[in-house]
Amino acid sequence: MDASLKTSATGPIVARAQALFEDLSFTAAREWKAAQPGRKVIGYMPLYVPREIIHAADMLPLGILGGGDQLEVIHGDAYYQSYICRIPRSTVELGVSGRLDFVDGMLFPSICDVIRNLSGMWKMMFPQVYVRYFDVPQNYRDEIGGNYYVNELVELRHDLAELRGKPITDDELHRSIALYNENRRLVRELYAFRAETPWLAPAAEVYLVLRAGLVLPVDEHSTMLRAYLTAAKTEERPRRDNCRIVLTGAFCEQPPLNLIKSLELSGCYVVDDDLLLVTRWLTSDVSTEGDPLRSLATAFLHHSESTAAKYEPNEKEKGQHLVRAVARSAAEGVIFAAPSFCDPALLDRPMLQHVLNKAGIPFIAFKYAENSGQMQPIREQAGTFADSIKLWSAA
Amino acid sequence: MSAIITTPKPAPAKEVVKDASMVKQKEMMAAHYDRLTSAAETGEKVASTFVPGNLNELLMCFGLVNNLPEVNAIQNGLRRTSGAYVLEAEKIGHSEDVCTYVKSDVGMMAKGNLAPNGKKFPNPDVLLLSYTGCFTFMKWFELLREQYKCETIMLHTPYMGDGKITPNMIEYMVKQLKEEVIPKLERISGVKFDIDRLREYLKKSVTAEEDLVWVLQSAKHKPSPIDAYFGGIYYIGPIFGAFRGTDDAIEYYKFLREEVAERLGRGQGPVTPDGDMGQEKYRLVVEGPPNYTSFRQFWKMFYDEGAVVVASSYTKVGGVYDFGFRHDPDKPLETLAEYCLGVYTNRSLPMRIDMLASYVKDYDADGLLINSIKSCNSFSAGQLLIMREVEKRTGKPAAFVESDLVDPRYFSAANIKNRLESYFQMIEQKRTSARTAA
Repeated sequence: MDASLKTSATGPIVARAQALFEDLSFTAAREWKAAQPGRKVIGYMPLYVPREIIHAADMLPLGILGGGDQLEVIHGDAYYQSYICRIPRSTVELGVSGRLDFVDGMLFPSICDVIRNLSGMWKMMFPQVYVRYFDVPQNYRDEIGGNYYVNELVELRHDLAELRGKPITDDELHRSIALYNENRRLVRELYAFRAETPWLAPAAEVYLVLRAGLVLPVDEHSTMLRAYLTAAKTEERPRRDNCRIVLTGAFCEQPPLNLIKSLELSGCYVVDDDLLLVTRWLTSDVSTEGDPLRSLATAFLHHSESTAAKYEPNEKEKGQHLVRAVARSAAEGVIFAAPSFCDPALLDRPMLQHVLNKAGIPFIAFKYAENSGQMQPIREQAGTFADSIKLWSAA
Repeated sequence: MSAIITTPKPAPAKEVVKDASMVKQKEMMAAHYDRLTSAAETGEKVASTFVPGNLNELLMCFGLVNNLPEVNAIQNGLRRTSGAYVLEAEKIGHSEDVCTYVKSDVGMMAKGNLAPNGKKFPNPDVLLLSYTGCFTFMKWFELLREQYKCETIMLHTPYMGDGKITPNMIEYMVKQLKEEVIPKLERISGVKFDIDRLREYLKKSVTAEEDLVWVLQSAKHKPSPIDAYFGGIYYIGPIFGAFRGTDDAIEYYKFLREEVAERLGRGQGPVTPDGDMGQEKYRLVVEGPPNYTSFRQFWKMFYDEGAVVVASSYTKVGGVYDFGFRHDPDKPLETLAEYCLGVYTNRSLPMRIDMLASYVKDYDADGLLINSIKSCNSFSAGQLLIMREVEKRTGKPAAFVESDLVDPRYFSAANIKNRLESYFQMIEQKRTSARTAA
């Protein structure tokens, strides 16, 4: 752990988040489960699952994002060819090495063919675990995609209720929705704060604090977010002569923490990103009245983030979320960082780059793997990008 | 200096031997490409769509001509033009990691968009994005939409993650057909939808499907009269492409069935590009698409060793008919939904394993061979588990080779041949030990 973390106001919070991040045995989730008999943990992979339903069943939603750069993948490589990204192999490694032996269920969201197929593999490899491929509509009309999605949520609600042994009530769902609304508001506040004053909220810290939310119960995470925001605002940190960039393409397999740090060290403040999208997938509050599943569906259809895993029905809208993110965060450029062999990110990239070109927004692109160790080329590329932005701006 | 990709061409070979059905199929394809490339003159409107989830009967209700970018990429692979197209796409910003069908298509557009008959493809009037069994399809048509600026209709087929088709899935798909797909196709084509016309086409589909299944299942005989992978790719062409629901398809599959029945009657094996295959030594089930840039060379590695493919999963990507599904004219929209949901790549991994294991048993195969495709995650992710599981269930040996769809850079002939030879030795060894044990 960084020694400076102990002395600064944000230090203890970030230290706690970093400890959670580094703990590949998921001790915090294990302790949560052990604290009361009958508690259950439901794992989920990127991109998005309605954690409210899991929470309403008194279960802990646990984000599984692969093994990062600290996990040695031994068994996982026996399941995947070299031309498939790293997150499924390190996730398999987590599974077969027993690190997920306390997880009662796993949800595999609709994001790409690799994660989709992993859902079937998981069913075969861990038959004692509840496994569901969580499909979402690519049709955004309430009476078509909305009805389909509501029925999918009904099934999920039913399955989780069976798992806990009693139905999930509407009141329970409303309470959970309210808690997650609060959590998302805090995440949005954190992102707005960073966009305003990125030197006070370094990208690596924001990432760690956000990532803690994939392991902790939602109320505990909201407390952490509040504490971090309060502490970060009191912190005195030097403002560097960095440029401001939006980081995109990293919505599934996570970049190493060092990569995020390297971007800032090389002169790029990250003022927006698509990391850990589950924490802010829904862009406005979900109604806490009426049919809770319909409310979740409405939010998904009409108030959710844009990303490569989602079909954009309107060609004119394609990539505009990125242009808006640049404007909203007063960014000066975009860095496309995609995991190697990531179909959604890499297939989407040329279209997004065309949109940025038209909007006059500069960008660079590179690939990474969750265990990339060599940061020098990325530092050089990002550093040159930052320099070029400053030169162009001056002109 | 720009890089040049060249695919080493084999020495000029003797003339390729083809079944009469292959010649007929080639003529059908040629006529279809002529129809497509003369769309501007004839005034016919064109719909691009995909092989899995291909709704040819529906498109015909609107007089739309079906253009399949995957088939175009395959044609470019077979004609050895795809390598340059892939490179062109990479030059204009497409990643080296992604689907080479997409890059072949994008590169072809950048280089003049020429069809196999040397004439320019028409711009599509509509992209029917039948998003079935492959995530890449969605991005592919977003990319084409960007180029063509034409209307794109999304038909989302949910994935059979739990190994079953639920009423919710059918309802969702039928609603999309009724409220999105059909009204938009009516508007684009100017033709009013007639459900009875759809029923008539679906009836024709059933006739062709019956004959196709008979042909595919003829491989249960010993020796098999067909190769259900390399030869099978020819057999599925019309029904997976622009001919399902047509009289041409009925005629072709009737003709094919008679041809195969004759071979069966004579106790003959499949016809290969070098003539009759000779003695059948190994019976294989193959999972995964083939490599198209060295298709004949790849096939030769099998028939030179007396290996015949008796069943394959790739010949089910445009529809799984051999487990009983037939289009049902009495439920025209529901049956289209069920068809899309059931295509091979939309089936969960356990379902795929069940299918492959049953093929090994039902076709009395010596084992499973997987041709893993570098740029096709829909097929490839999970194949190592599939291999081990099928091996475990059937007690038959499995093997794994790797290549790519239409990128010649990823076809290593020596490596594949080596692995195949080792595999055949393994089968021999297994037979010897079985005989010894008996």
